[in-house]
Order: sequence, then structure tokens, then C-alpha cells
Amino acid sequence: MTAPGEKRGPRIAVCIKQVPKAQELQVDPVTKTLKRVGVPSEINPPDQNALETALALREKHGGEIVVLSMGPTSFDESLERAIAMGADRAYLISDRNLGGSDTVPTALTLTRAVEKVGDVDLVLCGEETTDASTGHVGPGIAGHMGIPQITYCSAVSLVDGRVRGVRMIEDGAETWEAPMPCVVTVDFGCNKPRQPTLTGKIRVKRGGLVTHWSAADLGLEPSQIGLKGSPTIVAKVDTVQLPSRQGKIFEEEPTIAVSLLLDALRKDKVIP
Amino acid sequence: MEAHKGVWVFLEARNGALRDVSVQLIGEARRIADKRGTDLTGILPGWKVEPLARHAIECGCDRVILVEDARLEFYTSRPYTKVLATLRWRHNPEVILFGASKNGRDLGGRLHAAIDTGLAADCVRFDVTEEGFLDMIRPAFGGKSLAHIHCEKHRPQMASARWNVFPMPRRDPARSGEVVRETVPLEDADFDTKIVDFKPTESRETRKIDDARVLVSGGFGLGDPKNFVLLDELATLLGGAVSSSRKPVDLGWVPKALQVGQTGKTVRPDLYIAVGISGAVQHLAGMQESAKIVAVNSDPKAAIFEIADYGIVGDLFQVLPEMIRQLKAFRAQAQAAPPPEAAPPGRRDGA
Ligand SMILES: Cc1cc2nc3c(=O)[nH]c(=O)nc-3n(C[C@H](O)[C@H](O)[C@H](O)COP(=O)(O)OP(=O)(O)OC[C@H]3O[C@@H](n4cnc5c(N)ncnc54)[C@H](O)[C@@H]3O)c2cc1C
Ligand SMILES: Nc1ncnc2c1ncn2[C@@H]1O[C@H](COP(=O)(O)O)[C@@H](O)[C@H]1O
Repeated sequence: MTAPGEKRGPRIAVCIKQVPKAQELQVDPVTKTLKRVGVPSEINPPDQNALETALALREKHGGEIVVLSMGPTSFDESLERAIAMGADRAYLISDRNLGGSDTVPTALTLTRAVEKVGDVDLVLCGEETTDASTGHVGPGIAGHMGIPQITYCSAVSLVDGRVRGVRMIEDGAETWEAPMPCVVTVDFGCNKPRQPTLTGKIRVKRGGLVTHWSAADLGLEPSQIGLKGSPTIVAKVDTVQLPSRQGKIFEEEPTIAVSLLLDALRKDKVIP
Repeated sequence: MEAHKGVWVFLEARNGALRDVSVQLIGEARRIADKRGTDLTGILPGWKVEPLARHAIECGCDRVILVEDARLEFYTSRPYTKVLATLRWRHNPEVILFGASKNGRDLGGRLHAAIDTGLAADCVRFDVTEEGFLDMIRPAFGGKSLAHIHCEKHRPQMASARWNVFPMPRRDPARSGEVVRETVPLEDADFDTKIVDFKPTESRETRKIDDARVLVSGGFGLGDPKNFVLLDELATLLGGAVSSSRKPVDLGWVPKALQVGQTGKTVRPDLYIAVGISGAVQHLAGMQESAKIVAVNSDPKAAIFEIADYGIVGDLFQVLPEMIRQLKAFRAQAQAAPPPEAAPPGRRDGA
């Protein structure tokens, strides 16, 4: 933590996950699991907003941005992209024993990584991932570390050494303020993530900015992670039978299209 | 594991009332408790919330544990987690359920790590397996499938439930139950996070979307918050309400409470009219079970057409006014010409 009066800016850890592009999500009809092979991936969209938040905070306050991710080595692509966007360095926690981790070991692993990086003032996560969509990993890290959390933020600032986050909740916008270190989860769409820059890409090319850690590097026992360390299991997966739709599309000019539509809806008795 | 007994539901109090999602969950939790042959306890932290305990009992709780402290008036993560964690170790429940509001997810996510147990997010159905485990059923992969999550070796089994998927239980004033006050040692250090400001969303009628039979839903294609009046007018004509995709919410055009989708509400009206909405998976997750879906979009390739019963490819600024005009004209005609039943006998064919 930054001692009062000390000059260095905050050290921000941004947790990012690589996910298949949402539009490309396809369930394999046979295995009933997500088709991942051959599907283009991206940095989980809210994590891009978290990274952009970090970059904006660094512009204002100085400091350093460390990107953390847990997953297979194919995630390097996203870590490199994060560096090309402006992050200072990145760590991938990659280990066969981590396979099948639910949110408990995922949060634990990221917690250990934050601790190994050391002196982290602010941990930024996305509000949720597009593939698991639990939103539990960010609060899970805060829970493991016993530090404050501010979730669902659409704006994050640092005021007098405290974190201020505007939370978008159902009935309004709450502003929370917490001491650092603190976990903040960032809302999708709250800012416009910047593109990788040429200098960023050159830094990636020079190499050495993405480090791999194993579970053992973080002092994690095999029993704490992966399937063994996960309280939950996916017992089975059903395919959803959605009602079949007529799919009647009217391409006529508006007066006719509207009249055809209203007739159809009246016939279906959904409008009087 | 034998020692773990009872189903709990976290009761979220806000502005002197129980959150709808908490009340909906009481009904479902009651069913699960009955299936397990155990009782249902509501956990109610807050300040001056005792009347809400009564509400929870009338909806199906056998007991409410009340933890009152002036500092718990507004939800913050750390003290609420401490309350739940302390009660969990004190009483060993077998199940804890949360409504998947923003605060419910915030709390569940922190708690499950702190007490080392599983948590299934955003469930839409619950059941009990033959072995007696809680079957926690949630949409996966953008709603294309349903995953059954089990938590066999850790206790309690925890899950959050989506807003609006369970019906409101009937309130029975004759139901009895006990209200138990408990204290949890909270220190000032637990309140290191402060709420320094709250801006309620403007007063647009937001609750109607929960039970409207017709929803007219607007997306980024509306282009400007002012244009939502078009939707208001159409919704009024159809006796429905207005909802939204996420983009207009993020842009501050409409309140968060109107948002339909993965991170908004689930709706299942008789008729859902999507106007200027592209049909991203996260949007479909909240509305694909509507009985009839109509899409109005200028892009014939928009994904929303793939799940629509009817679609109009066109500019919403031409299509909507035309719909409003024709609906009004139809209504005016229906009023002018007496309906056939009302016509005097013997004069049906103008004879
Ligand atoms: C973690 C996460 C959670 C999310 N949760 C949700 C959620 O809960 N709900 C949700 O809705 N989204 C959610 N999203 C966002 C989602 O991915 C889409 O970005 C969003 O739904 C798009 O909103 P839209 O369809 O209004 O806007 P766009 O995708 O921009 O579509 C606008 C549409 O309007 C049409 N249009 C433009 N002008 C006209 C015109 N004059 N006439 C007719 N049509 C016109 C366009 O052809 C286009 O199809 C989430 C995303 C993430 C990453
Ligand atoms: N494997 C991972 N590696 C890094 N960060 C992650 C990982 N999984 C989840 N996160 C972070 O936690 C947030 C919430 O994820 P989830 O709980 O899966 O919805 C994401 O937006 C990320 O910031």
C-alpha cells in the first residue's frame, strides 16, 4: 500500500479473462458443451472496460498496471493485447491442475497472484464474464483477501487516497467510497476501451512482459484448485427447447407491413 | 454434514420494503424446504425492519432472524457478509438462497469465498435430487442451455435466483412464524466502506415491466432518449409498458430497472415488441421466452429477427408512427361502428 505522502501512484491489478466472442457462442449438439475450437476470442468485454478504467487512472495518478489472468496458454494473446493497449506487464497463471475450477479456486488463485505481485492498491475486475456470467470472482477475491469491494461501477476515481465508485443498481446510482487496497468491478460499456498502439505492439514484440506462473509458484496445493478445489460441479446440461417461432418478416413499405403485422397479431389474439 | 439443517433465504430490505426478488424467492424456497422436510428461515439484516419480518412470514417463512443495527440501514458488503457468515457458523443451515439483485450478487460472491462453499449464480429453477442435494439450475452459454449445478461436499449449498422467474407467493395474514432477534458483533472497522451519495433514477414508471402483458422495448436504434415517447404512446395504446435493452440504460436514457436481459430483468409477456434492438445473446437471455415476439429493425440481418414471430424490416421512425396511426384508426372505427352483437336483432344485413 502507498504510505501517505509517498509519491508513487497506485499499483493496479486488472483481472482479465479470454472468452469466445459472444456472437459466436455455439453449443455442440453432441457433447452439449461450448464449442471453443475455431471460435474467435476476445478479452471479456467488461474486462476491457476495467482495463480502460485502469489506463485512465494511471494517466491521472501515475502508478502501474499489472494484468492477471488464469487460463490456458492461448490466453497469452489477450495478455499481449492488454500490453499493447498500455498495461505495464502481465501474468498468466496456467496449470493443468487448474482445469475445471469454479469461482472459489479461481478467486483464490487470482488472490494469490495479487499477493505475489505485491503492494497492489486496487484490483479491477469486470462485472461478469460472458461465458460463465457469475460476477462472483471479483467479490470472491475481496472475500479471500478481506478487503473492501465496490461492485458494478460505471465510474471509478481516486479521492484523497480512497477509491470512489459509482454503482449502477436497480433503482439508482450509489456512490461508495472505500480505503485501499480494494476490489472494484467495472460495468460493461461504461467507457470506450482504447485500441492497441504501435508503441504498445512494439513492447509486446520485444517480449519479456508476459510471465507464466504455475499453481505451485503461488503456493497452491492441487487439492485447493481445479475440480478438486471446486465446491460445485456441473451435474448435467440440458439444451433449451425454445418455442418455435413463425419467423414471418414483412419487408413491404411501412403502411402495408404494419397493416399485415397488426392483422396477424389480431388473428393470434395478442392484441384486441 | 448431518448437522446441517434448514433452508435460508436472504431478505433484502430497501426503502422500508422487501425487494420483490426476495419475496419471489420466499415462495420457491418454501417449496424446496417442504421437499426437504425442513423449515424455512429468512435472514433479515437492517434497521427498523421488523415489520418486514412479518411480511416474510406471511409469504412462507417459518422464522425470521432479525439482525438490527443502525449501521446496517443501507447495504454494504463487509458488514452484511459478516452477519451472514456469523449466522452460518452459529446455525449450520443446509441451503442459503439469495435474490440476484446487484446487492444479492455482491453479498453472495463475497460470502462464498469467505466461508468456502459453492455458489450458483442466477438460477431460474431449483429442485432436490434423489440424494437430497439442491439441484441449482441456471442458463448457460447465452441461454442456449441449462446447467444443473450441485454442491455435494460443502455446506451450505448456496445459489442466487434471477429476478421475475418465480411468481410472487400469495400473502397469507393468518400464517404464523417466529421472529428471532440475534446480535452479531460488528466493529467500526467493518464499516470502512461508506455510501456518500445516492441518485435515484428518475420517476419513470419502472415496476410495470414486471407484470405487463405487452412490452414495447427500445434499443440503441432509438437514437435519443426523447424518442422513447414513441414507445410510450404505442405501449399505452396496447395497454402495456416500456422496457429497454442495455445500451439505452448505459447511456442514461432510461432507468436500469427497465433493462431486459442477462444483467437486467427476465420478462415473459404475451407480446414483446423489440424496436431498434439488434438481438445480442445477453438481450435474448431476458426475453426469449415471451409468448410472441415482434421485431422492428432496419437491418434485415439483425439477430433479433431469428427469434421473432413477426418482423418488420424498416425505419422505426416510419414504422412506429404508422403502427400508432393504424391502431388509433382501428380503435376509432371500432367505437364508431357498434360491434355486431350490439346491433338490433333482425337488422344484421342492413335489412
Ligand atoms: C456482461 C454483459 C452483460 C450484458 N447484459 C445485457 C442485458 O442485460 N441486456 C441487454 O440488452 N444487453 C446486454 N448486454 C449488451 C449486449 O451485448 C448488446 O451490446 C446490447 O444488447 C445492444 O443493445 P441494442 O440492441 O439496443 O443496440 P445495438 O446492438 O447497437 O443495436 C441497435 C439496433 O438498432 C437498429 N436500428 C438503428 N437505427 C434504426 C432505425 N432508424 N430503425 C430501425 N432500427 C434501427 C440497428 O440496425 C441495430 O440492430 C450485455 C453485454 C455484456 C458484455
Ligand atoms: N480466469 C480468469 N482470469 C482472470 N480474471 C478472471 C477469470 N475469471 C474471472 N475473472 C475476473 O472476474 C470477473 C467476473 O467473472 P465471473 O465471476 O466469471 O463472471 C471477470 O470480469 C474478470 O475480471
